[in-house]
Amino acid sequence: MQRRQLLIAGLLSPLLARAQARARLTVAAFPSVDAILKAANGDWQAREPGVELEVVSRAMVDHHTAMVTSIATRSHLPDVIAIELSYLGRFAGSGALEDLSQPAYGARELSAQFVPFAVRQATTPQGALVALPADVAPGTLFYRLDRLEKSGADLGELTRSWESFVATGVRLKAETGAHLIAHARDLKDVIVRANMGPNEGTYVDHAGRVLVDSPRFHRAFELARQVRVQGLDARTTAWSSEWAEGLRRGTIATQMMGSWLAGHLCSWLAPTTAGLWRAAQLPDGVHCAWGGTFYAIPKEAKNKPLALELIKLMTLDPKRQLAAFKSEDSFPALLETYGDGFFEAPIAFLGGQRARLIWRDAAQAILPFSVHRLDPIATEIVDSALDDVLGEGVDIPTALGEAQRMLERRALRA
Amino acid sequence: MRRPSAGFRLAARLRIASAPYLFLSPFLLLFAVFGLVPLAFSVAMACMRWDPVEGFGSMRFVGAENFAFTLGDPWFWKSLYNTLWLSLAAGVPQHVVAIPLAYFLHRALARTRNAIVAAYFLPYITSTVAIAILASALFSTDYGLVNDAVRSLAALPGLGSLLPAEGVDWLGSSRAVKPTVAIVVFWRYVGFNTVLYLAALQAIPREIYEASEIDGAGAWMRFRFITLPLLRPTMLFGVTLSVIGGLQLFEEPFILTPDGRGGPSHAAMTTAMYMYRTAFEFNDFGSASAISWLLFAVVGILVFVAYRWLRPRGAEA
Repeated sequence: MQRRQLLIAGLLSPLLARAQARARLTVAAFPSVDAILKAANGDWQAREPGVELEVVSRAMVDHHTAMVTSIATRSHLPDVIAIELSYLGRFAGSGALEDLSQPAYGARELSAQFVPFAVRQATTPQGALVALPADVAPGTLFYRLDRLEKSGADLGELTRSWESFVATGVRLKAETGAHLIAHARDLKDVIVRANMGPNEGTYVDHAGRVLVDSPRFHRAFELARQVRVQGLDARTTAWSSEWAEGLRRGTIATQMMGSWLAGHLCSWLAPTTAGLWRAAQLPDGVHCAWGGTFYAIPKEAKNKPLALELIKLMTLDPKRQLAAFKSEDSFPALLETYGDGFFEAPIAFLGGQRARLIWRDAAQAILPFSVHRLDPIATEIVDSALDDVLGEGVDIPTALGEAQRMLERRALRA
Repeated sequence: MRRPSAGFRLAARLRIASAPYLFLSPFLLLFAVFGLVPLAFSVAMACMRWDPVEGFGSMRFVGAENFAFTLGDPWFWKSLYNTLWLSLAAGVPQHVVAIPLAYFLHRALARTRNAIVAAYFLPYITSTVAIAILASALFSTDYGLVNDAVRSLAALPGLGSLLPAEGVDWLGSSRAVKPTVAIVVFWRYVGFNTVLYLAALQAIPREIYEASEIDGAGAWMRFRFITLPLLRPTMLFGVTLSVIGGLQLFEEPFILTPDGRGGPSHAAMTTAMYMYRTAFEFNDFGSASAISWLLFAVVGILVFVAYRWLRPRGAEA
């Protein structure tokens, strides 16, 4: 009898141990966001002492692919998903994420605390708020001051308009040999992202109409072609080894990207160029976003109230927002942080420039726009059309007309 | 001694009869789970519209719509053209070089043969990541070794006018990217085919060559009338593998082109790449499945053509 009791106790002990284990909240994230989450563990434990925070991290693309698989199969779903802006449209329209504006979450009232454009990005056309923004990436123009001075041009000429930007590029090339930008596609990307009308997304509007064959895209393509024809782009894509080398050697004189690039330039891309770079608002007075991170709760999550608590900690706590800004260059989405003294601190890598003030102005000036689930394929179609214009000599109306037809064909299937 | 009961005998017989199935069952089970089920799922998927982020519940039957959409999709035809181009440009030279190379290694080298064969075979077993790093060092426009070599050659008297004045954008221009990918594919697989043909050559009886030499046949005659005909079954095998591998080409163009897009204007985007991107980047698993079955049909047709062309004489079609 005693042996039998011992056997039963032995068999039950793992189950008992599991039952006694601490509750666990799982967050799926990607690099740098995972570090921000781990750094917040102390604050989380102070808030929820009995709940262990488990951060599952994968590379950016792998993370989003894994989340698609988890949602599709309804298995191994985390309680909180970190979503990068470029993937948000795909997830937002899926119906797989909780609507945080529902009374149970009450996040609609919280949304006024964030930069408006970020909240709009997380809002579906039906009005559901599927995520809260953790960080935004105000677009900025990084430029090599030494190259600009050598060319005899000034910042005003570089940024007055897109036409003057290109004209300054001609001088830069003639006087210094440096290319104005890395790839003509970069110019197109900024112009199509920054000049959207009300209720427009980058490629598709609120009503689902395709916007590719429009003046915004024609102008972007025309300027990109001018840059290519005049040999002003280095024909290298961002994150390639040629691109990094071009930034290091100063053969690429400007780079338009999110403010976070300053951190990458300083830490590993081009640390030897410290003091040579400056930041400015984008040319032509435009403002646009260059990524951003959002937190969402899957409908199948097991600990939704706790998940919301974590999201609130990561998005609404000024201390955590500023900590992420300082450690990972994650520009806060929370407006309350914008009065902090850290924004006014000079940045040594940018020659002591108080560039965070520029980025703060940009973040607040970005106009709201919507994301769409067709955005990834639309980007591919438009990029391919530009390739045809730049490399194959296809004329712009033909290329954009064909891109419009291809995208409409896919939109009609939706 | 007591006789076993009828029930016991039946049970024993059943155990013996079912033993083979029992032993086969691990494989059959794994094959069913990882082979047959995905295959059947892919067939079903090709007739469905499904965005995976919406869950299984969003799957709906659309009949042949995915096939109709794919057949009307200019990118599908472009990818198929690229695939056929790369298959021919990379595949044909593999065999044209591998057969004489294997013959030379077989006839002329004895002591160093294994080391040389290993050197040719090495790219086949090299990791894809290593190839990507190597390719970026070789084919970079501004800092690559290939363009450095071209620049050095151009500096030689008389060669300057024959070579490009500026560095060639090997992976960033739509004209150069296909040949560049084809060169890497050729480099990676020529060693495999060489080993294949070398093994076949070693199986040809030496007496046939000796008899032909006595009859006065020279080296070319022996190669043309003995080696090539006897290599025919191996050629059929090698060409079949090349056709299948070439039409499913994915890794090399994926790692060589920026962001795995297949180069500017999708100049090196193969059908396998397009299928992958349709599923995992554009979230259209139905069309991706349709693409996979259309590609399967093309592979089947071309393998049949290769078989008709290279089948051993006298074999039934």
